[in-house]
Amino acid sequence: MKNSETGNLARRKFLAGMAGMAGVSLASGVTLFSFAAAKEPGQAVSSKVRWGMLIDINKCADGCDKCVSACFEENGIDSTGNPATDPQWIRKVELRDPNSGATKSLPVMCQHCAEPPCVDVCPTGASFKRKDGIVLVDKHTCIGCRYCMMACPYKARSFVHEDLTDQKPYAPRGKGTVEGCTLCVHRIDAGGIPACVEACSDSAGGAMLFGDLNDPASEISRRVAKYATRQIRADLRLDPGVRYRGL
Amino acid sequence: MATATKTVFKELNGEEAKFYGALGLLGLAALIGVVAAYYMETNGHHVTGMNNQIVWGMPHVFAVFLIVASSGALNVASIGSVFGRTAYKPLARLSGLLAVALLVGGLAVLVLDLGRPDRLIVAMTTYNFKSIFAWNIYLYIGFLAIVAVYLWMMLEWRMNRYSNAVGMVAFVWRLALTTGTGSIFGFLVARQSYDAAVFAPLFIAMSFALGLAVFILVLAVSCAADDRPLGDYIITKLGRLLGVFVAAVLYFVIVQHLTNLYAAEHHGVERFILLEGGVITALFWVGQIILGGLVPLALLFHPALNKTRANIYLAASLAILGGMAQLYVIIIGGQSYPLVLFPGMEVKSLFFDGVVHSYLPSLPEIALGVGGIAVAGLIIMIGMKVLRFLPDSLTDGAVDPHHNNSPN
Repeated sequence: MKNSETGNLARRKFLAGMAGMAGVSLASGVTLFSFAAAKEPGQAVSSKVRWGMLIDINKCADGCDKCVSACFEENGIDSTGNPATDPQWIRKVELRDPNSGATKSLPVMCQHCAEPPCVDVCPTGASFKRKDGIVLVDKHTCIGCRYCMMACPYKARSFVHEDLTDQKPYAPRGKGTVEGCTLCVHRIDAGGIPACVEACSDSAGGAMLFGDLNDPASEISRRVAKYATRQIRADLRLDPGVRYRGL
Repeated sequence: MATATKTVFKELNGEEAKFYGALGLLGLAALIGVVAAYYMETNGHHVTGMNNQIVWGMPHVFAVFLIVASSGALNVASIGSVFGRTAYKPLARLSGLLAVALLVGGLAVLVLDLGRPDRLIVAMTTYNFKSIFAWNIYLYIGFLAIVAVYLWMMLEWRMNRYSNAVGMVAFVWRLALTTGTGSIFGFLVARQSYDAAVFAPLFIAMSFALGLAVFILVLAVSCAADDRPLGDYIITKLGRLLGVFVAAVLYFVIVQHLTNLYAAEHHGVERFILLEGGVITALFWVGQIILGGLVPLALLFHPALNKTRANIYLAASLAILGGMAQLYVIIIGGQSYPLVLFPGMEVKSLFFDGVVHSYLPSLPEIALGVGGIAVAGLIIMIGMKVLRFLPDSLTDGAVDPHHNNSPN
C-alpha cells in the first residue's frame, strides 16, 4: 500500500516536472503575464496574497466588450438565446449622468469582496472565499437555493437554468447550481492572469490591471496608492477586490 | 371558579365517501405538484417564470405563506397553554396538527424548488452557521420536534400535566422561527426593498393573522363535514382575535413604508411598489391593503357586519388572499426593482441593469405551490382521521367557562 502511494507520488512529481518543462519551452513568449506566485498542486492558498483588479474607466471604450467575450470563451459560457436566464459572469454597464449627460462604460463582475454577503448567506457553505480573496462556488455542495443571488449587491451570480454540455474541465458548471466569475482561478493558480484582463491588454484599451493588493510593490498596489479609486457600493463596506478609477 | 366541561376528542367519523373523496382530490393535487417539480428539475428552471433577475418566484410565495401560517396556527394552542385561556384549550390539539402540516407542506415546496433537490442530504449535513437559511433549517426541524412532543403531551392523558410547560417552549420557539423567516429578507443588505429590521416583527404579525385565518377555516370545514356542533362563542372569539392580528399586520406595513418614505435613497423603490409597479402596485393596494386588510377589519369589527359566521369566514378567506398578495409584493416586487449599483446614474446593460424586471408565474410553479397546500391538507385530514384531534363538540356550553347551562 505504502509502496504504491510512494509510486504514485513519484509518478505525479515526474509528470508535473515534464509538464513544467513543456510549459517553459512552449510558453516562454507569454511569461510577460505570469506571476511568480504560481501555486503548486496541493499547495495551500495563502492569505498573504489578496488578488484584485483595478479597472481604469477612462480607458474602457464604449461598445467594447472584449473582456466579456474573452470570459465567455475561456469559461465555456454559451448563449442559449434566452437572455433572461443566460448566465452572465461579466457584463458591460453603460452609465449616464442625468444631470450632465456624461456617459461612462465599465465592466462589472464578481467583486470578490473581503466580506462577501453571498458567503454569509449560503446555507451549505458552497459559496466560499479562498484565503487569497477569490470568491467561488463549490459546485458539489451548491443546492441551488439562489439565496446568494438575493444577497449579492452586484448581480454577479447566475443560476444555470438549462442543461449544459462540453464544459471546460477547469471551469465546472452544471444545471441547478449557481455560478459567477472565478477570477479565472485556474489561470491564477498556474501563474496566469484572468482572461478578461488579458483580452483588455491585447486591445488598445488596457483598462484592466490584475495583481496582488497585499504586495505594496505590485503595480496594482502602487496605482491604488497613487490614484483615487472607488469601489462599487462602498457604503456597504464589503471591501471588494475590484477597484475602479474614474468612476 | 368556573371550569369548562371536560372536552371529549374523537377521530373523524363522518361519511366515509366524503372523506375519501376529499382525500383523493388532495392526493391528486399533491401528485400534480410532484410531477410539476420533476418537470422543473429535469428541464431546468428555464421552463418556469423565474430567471436570473427574479430568482425566487411563485414557489417561494407559497412556501413562505405556508411556513409563516404554520407558526401562526400554533398560536391557538399557545393562547390556551401560555396565556391560560381555557376556551382555547379544546382547540389546542388541532392547532398543533395544523402547525406541523403547514410547515411540512411549505418545506416540501421549498425543497422541491431547489436547483438540486437531490442534494437535500448536503443541506442537512453541511452547515454554514452564519447563514440565516442554516439557522432556519434548525428552527424548522426543532419546531416540528417540539410540536410533536407538545401533541404527545396533549394526546396522552398521563402526560397532560407537562403540556403547559412544553406549550411555553413551543411559543418561544415559534417566535424565533418567524423571526428567522422574516430575517431571510431583513438581513439582505443588497436590495432596496429589504434590509430592514421591521421584517421580523412584520412576519410575526403576518403569521398570527394568516395562521389564525387558516385555523378558523379548517375548524369550520372539519366541524361541518363531520357534523360536529360549533358554537358561536368560540367562532366570534376567534374572529375578534383575527381582527386584532389583521390590524397588527397593517400597523407594521405602515411602519415599513413610512420608514422607507422618509429616506430619499428609498424613494425609488417606494414609488415602484406604491405607484408605478403595475401588477405589484395593484396587488399592494387592492389585494393586500383593501381586500386583505380593510375589508376583513370592517367585517370583523363593524357592529352591523360582525354578527354572522359567514362574514367571519369571508374575513378569514380575504386575510389569506391578502397575505398571498403581500408575500407576492414582498418577494416578487422586492426583486423586480433593479439593484442600485450606481446611485444617481442612469444605467443600462445587456444583463437587465437599471430596468424593472418582469415576471410571469408559470403553471408548474403554481402547481408545485398548490401541491404544498395539498400535502398540508393530507396531513391534517389523515391526522384527524387516525388520532383524536377534533373535539366532539364545540358548542358554547362545551367551551365557554361562563356559559349559563340552565334552561331559560
